[in-house]
Amino acid sequence: MSALDAGQGRDPHHLGHSRPGRGQGGGAVEEDRGGPAPNRVVVGYGFWLFLLSDIVMFSGFFAAYAVLVGSTAGGPSGRQIFDLNTAAIETVCLLGSSFTCGLATLAVGARMKLKFYGAMATTFLFGALFLGLELHEFAGLIARGYGPQRSAFLSGFFSLVGCHGLHVTAGLLWLLTMMAQVFAKGFRRDVLNRMLCFSLFWHALDIIWVALLTVVYLIGAAP
Amino acid sequence: MSEETQSGRGVHDLAPGEEDLDGSGVAEGLRGYLVGLVLALGLTGASFYFARSSLIWAPGVATALIVLAIAQMGVHLVFFLHITTGPDNTNNVLALAFGVLIVFLILAGSLWIMANLNHNMPSMDQVMQMQR
Repeated sequence: MSALDAGQGRDPHHLGHSRPGRGQGGGAVEEDRGGPAPNRVVVGYGFWLFLLSDIVMFSGFFAAYAVLVGSTAGGPSGRQIFDLNTAAIETVCLLGSSFTCGLATLAVGARMKLKFYGAMATTFLFGALFLGLELHEFAGLIARGYGPQRSAFLSGFFSLVGCHGLHVTAGLLWLLTMMAQVFAKGFRRDVLNRMLCFSLFWHALDIIWVALLTVVYLIGAAP
Repeated sequence: MSEETQSGRGVHDLAPGEEDLDGSGVAEGLRGYLVGLVLALGLTGASFYFARSSLIWAPGVATALIVLAIAQMGVHLVFFLHITTGPDNTNNVLALAFGVLIVFLILAGSLWIMANLNHNMPSMDQVMQMQR
């Protein structure tokens, strides 16, 4: 029996479910392991589908905002209320937190607990600073009488930006949970999978903020 | 003992769907995140600059900002979310393409149909302006 026949016997329908190197033959062990996809790939794919559905939900808020942006009902327009300096600081906070979240992922890969805690704590500080600035902006607008009930434009603004802020809040709670789980359970496989999902979530929030910054703040404040 | 990994287990001891994770590739990963951060900061800075300066013809500013934002989303996808062209990423890329299609339909469809409605049935103050 030739080597080719033996290979077809193990995998007659070319499903790729056999594992070269396991049975007879040995050969290429690391190049193509075959078998089911690695846990990391399956978990990442499932969470990626959730993130895409979340982005589709955000696109609904974006569409509502874009339709209502001119309906100011005699109230203020975006040019009068948006502060680009605050938006710039918020952007730097989120980009920095995304970078430190990446560092935390690397620390998990290298199993370095202290660096993991440091990177996650920095991520939390950046995220909390972002949230504080956003709440400060909201409070200032409401104090001036420009709350969400003032005009359709402000309703769209508050629901779109507030929805992103709620996501950041949930992300911060998740971040603390991950630190506690690594502290209590160590780098267990299920904790690693949750950490992968958390990093994907946090980076996806950054993508939504890029769209938000451009559509709401930069275009809204442009002359 | 070439098949022994750093965790001390042989390659064949792994359950299906598991894989070895060891500390290799930290420097590579760090370089990737740094490149991503620099590119993202650069694109954001360019967006703020073009929004404030009069370098670009005013009606074209919005288009320039949207192009820069899409470029930055691409940077985030590649360097932070690690969407690649590799074989284990095919499903992710296909799902992303479908998501982009849905987002485009929702955004463009909403704007299109609402503009049409506004055109066919103007609001009261628009009618008053037309009659003036």
